[in-house]
Amino acid sequence: MDLNELIELAEKEILGRKPLRIRICTAAGCLSSGAKAVKQAMDAAVQAAGLGEQMEVSEVGCMRLCCEGPLVAVDPENTLYQRVSGDQAASIVASLNGGGPPSATKGDFSQPFFTRQKAIVLENSGLVEPERIESYLAVGGYQALYKCLRELTPAHVVEEITASGLRGRGGAGYPTGVKWGMVAKMPAERKFVVCNADEGDPGAFMDRSVLESDPHRVLEGMAIAAYAIGASQGYIYVRGEYPLAIRRLETGIRQAKRLGLLGSQIFESSFDFKIDLRIGAGAFVCGEETALIHSIEGQRGVPRPRPPYPAESGLWGCPTLINNVETFANVPAIIREGASWFASIGTEKSKGTKVFALAGKIKNTGLVEVPMGTSLREIVETIGGGAPDGGTIKAVQTGGPSGGCIPASLLDTPVDYESLARLGSIMGSGGMIVMDQTTDMVDVAKFFMEFCMDESCGKCIPCRAGTVQLHRLLSKIGSGQGTSHDLATLESLCEMVKHASLCGLGQSAPNPVLSTLAYFREEYVARLRDHAEGNGRASAAQSAAL
Amino acid sequence: MAVKTLTIDGTLLSAREEQTVLQAARDAGIAIPTLCQLDGLSTVGACRMCLVDIEGTGRLLPACTTRVAEGMVIHTKTERLQSYRRMIVELLFAERNHICAVCVANGACELQDLAIEVGMDHVRFDYLHPECSVDISHKRFGLDHNRCVLCTRCVRACDEVEGAHTWDVAGRGTAARVITDMAQPWGTSETCTSCGKCVQACPTGALFIKGMTVAESRKDRSEIGFLVTAREKKQWVV
Ligand SMILES: Cc1cc2nc3c(=O)[nH]c(=O)nc-3n(C[C@H](O)[C@H](O)[C@H](O)COP(=O)(O)O)c2cc1C
Ligand code: SF4
Ligand code: FES
Repeated sequence: MDLNELIELAEKEILGRKPLRIRICTAAGCLSSGAKAVKQAMDAAVQAAGLGEQMEVSEVGCMRLCCEGPLVAVDPENTLYQRVSGDQAASIVASLNGGGPPSATKGDFSQPFFTRQKAIVLENSGLVEPERIESYLAVGGYQALYKCLRELTPAHVVEEITASGLRGRGGAGYPTGVKWGMVAKMPAERKFVVCNADEGDPGAFMDRSVLESDPHRVLEGMAIAAYAIGASQGYIYVRGEYPLAIRRLETGIRQAKRLGLLGSQIFESSFDFKIDLRIGAGAFVCGEETALIHSIEGQRGVPRPRPPYPAESGLWGCPTLINNVETFANVPAIIREGASWFASIGTEKSKGTKVFALAGKIKNTGLVEVPMGTSLREIVETIGGGAPDGGTIKAVQTGGPSGGCIPASLLDTPVDYESLARLGSIMGSGGMIVMDQTTDMVDVAKFFMEFCMDESCGKCIPCRAGTVQLHRLLSKIGSGQGTSHDLATLESLCEMVKHASLCGLGQSAPNPVLSTLAYFREEYVARLRDHAEGNGRASAAQSAAL
Repeated sequence: MAVKTLTIDGTLLSAREEQTVLQAARDAGIAIPTLCQLDGLSTVGACRMCLVDIEGTGRLLPACTTRVAEGMVIHTKTERLQSYRRMIVELLFAERNHICAVCVANGACELQDLAIEVGMDHVRFDYLHPECSVDISHKRFGLDHNRCVLCTRCVRACDEVEGAHTWDVAGRGTAARVITDMAQPWGTSETCTSCGKCVQACPTGALFIKGMTVAESRKDRSEIGFLVTAREKKQWVV
């Protein structure tokens, strides 16, 4: 394969398109609301109408407004239909063939939910067919890899990623280019590239969506990374709960190999790169990089103290580059458009965009990609449409069990790594849960603590035995049995678990408690047994129970 | 052999570059409490008792896994560290059923020693009173999960020194348990060589020799270190 052949394949794909194209989202969200049946009905309707020559029905990835699925879009007009059912298929087809308006509900691509977003990671999502590599090639796929192999030295690639300002999207926000540079400088013979697709935090589904919608983008990003650091083997560690993502990755790897875009002598160069999948068994802690490495090695998935960092000693003791799915998904666009283009988006210290999985008490649930620095208010009120049924937003939780609750009064905070950390939360991988006035904050803290307690690997004492006690204290306070003494114990235990735990799981487990204590302390105090009677405002849960 | 100079608790001292902060401190007569660390075994940094404050790092690091570096300024006994250590010991006592009065290791238990060292006069947390089993299927040794602190010293002694890897950990969080072979009764294990290294390595009364009284039940926890030094350096020193 050379560049001309690549471009030929892309042109052939574009020329082969039929004048009308019906795109059906077949990512997990829409599939669960019946997209498969819609696809079958649509195929049958096209056939029955004898329009097979003019119309094609494609299975594409996520169109983001997951709560209104199954979503169907029709080209070239780019008309959106939502909550489509199989029996509406024929009417959509008929309307395209000069019939009357279809019975399906029309959506609106010009609403703020779509127009206020900026797509880089999701630029192909909902447009390309994830199970057909030709469809990715048609949008310039694998040309960034070609450019790297043919026009840039590995050092140039690292420089470009560094200059772009891209930071890790897996949670901690470590500068990606710096990490690549470290692994590249290691003198070892064997190095590895690992893609972290464990995505274990409750409420997060960004990485799943990227893998289901545009898997080749991640494969291409990994190949570019491998070239830059000098690796010839990659692994994608994907959780077993994502069967569709796994299938599409397997298909993608097979197709890329067949075209010589993965495997030996890629683009007829001396660069070899193979990618294998490793399926996780659903432990949150296996998303932690050292636990993930142990798991790939076939050992028990428990973290170990760092240093040494994986960049120095990772898989089987070799230098290993670990990045998140979304981090890799940014790479082809950076190579294609240039570092300065990427660096022009976002804030001074947080460049590019961030994908959030918007969920909870919000009108529009789904995927949202916005430039860094967009305010929380814009995300939840303008894009998300605010709380449904006349509710008011009380808090926004970011970062899942490792993050914190940000009160509505601080919604003007821009989302970037530093601003969120300053508020006691974290950017995290991108889960964003909106809570309305009925939400009981002690309950929220307890929910996340229960999650951490169940997911603690048990290796270190502060997290293993501490989260259990934190959970008991929260239950006790939540049920009105706690005293101010318990509250004090809760706070000092939080502090110890945060600073003494071995890995990020334990270190961040107290965050939901600490942030709700910081912003909603009165909800804790009001239900302490020794809290002065009379001024005890009934908490949300208590009044709900009355 | 390169030498590094560093300051621990105000004392300027030197250490070999491959040494850990814990080794350097011990060589200088500065005691740092430990539990999961045992001379002769790899370090895992799991119990967090040995956490120290190293200026400029912004976080607490385990002395047992942290290498010395030139110019390090280390504090091992700040009020904060002491309060964390005490809390960790309390958490352990609350987690399982550590009832010294009826324990075969009474008087020869590292957990008990630590409780005294950190000044634990009561436990602030709810005792969890988990139901724990006792495995006495092995002909010479017994395992009492009530006393286990999950330090994994038995696991490492068996794997790294005996080479049998009979022990491992199963389960997660506070439900984690040490197991033999495929989580089967110890007596039915096909890999166990009955060498007893795990029993000697165990800091508490979780692993014990059957039929011994409390007075007889004194473990030689330096045995592992002795064996490893003898093997690696050909030095038979205690
Ligand atoms: C408990 C825990 C769970 C984690 N889970 C994930 C995960 O699911 N996906 C992920 O990319 N990173 C996860 N991380 C972060 C990884 O350890 C690592 O920092 C990240 O994969 C690095 O990639 P990045 O630099 O591209 O962000 C987790 C960390 C911790 C402590
Ligand atoms: S902090 Fe929790 S998850 Fe991490 S090593 Fe310790 S016990 Fe395991
Ligand atoms: S002795 Fe260092 S962490 Fe246990």
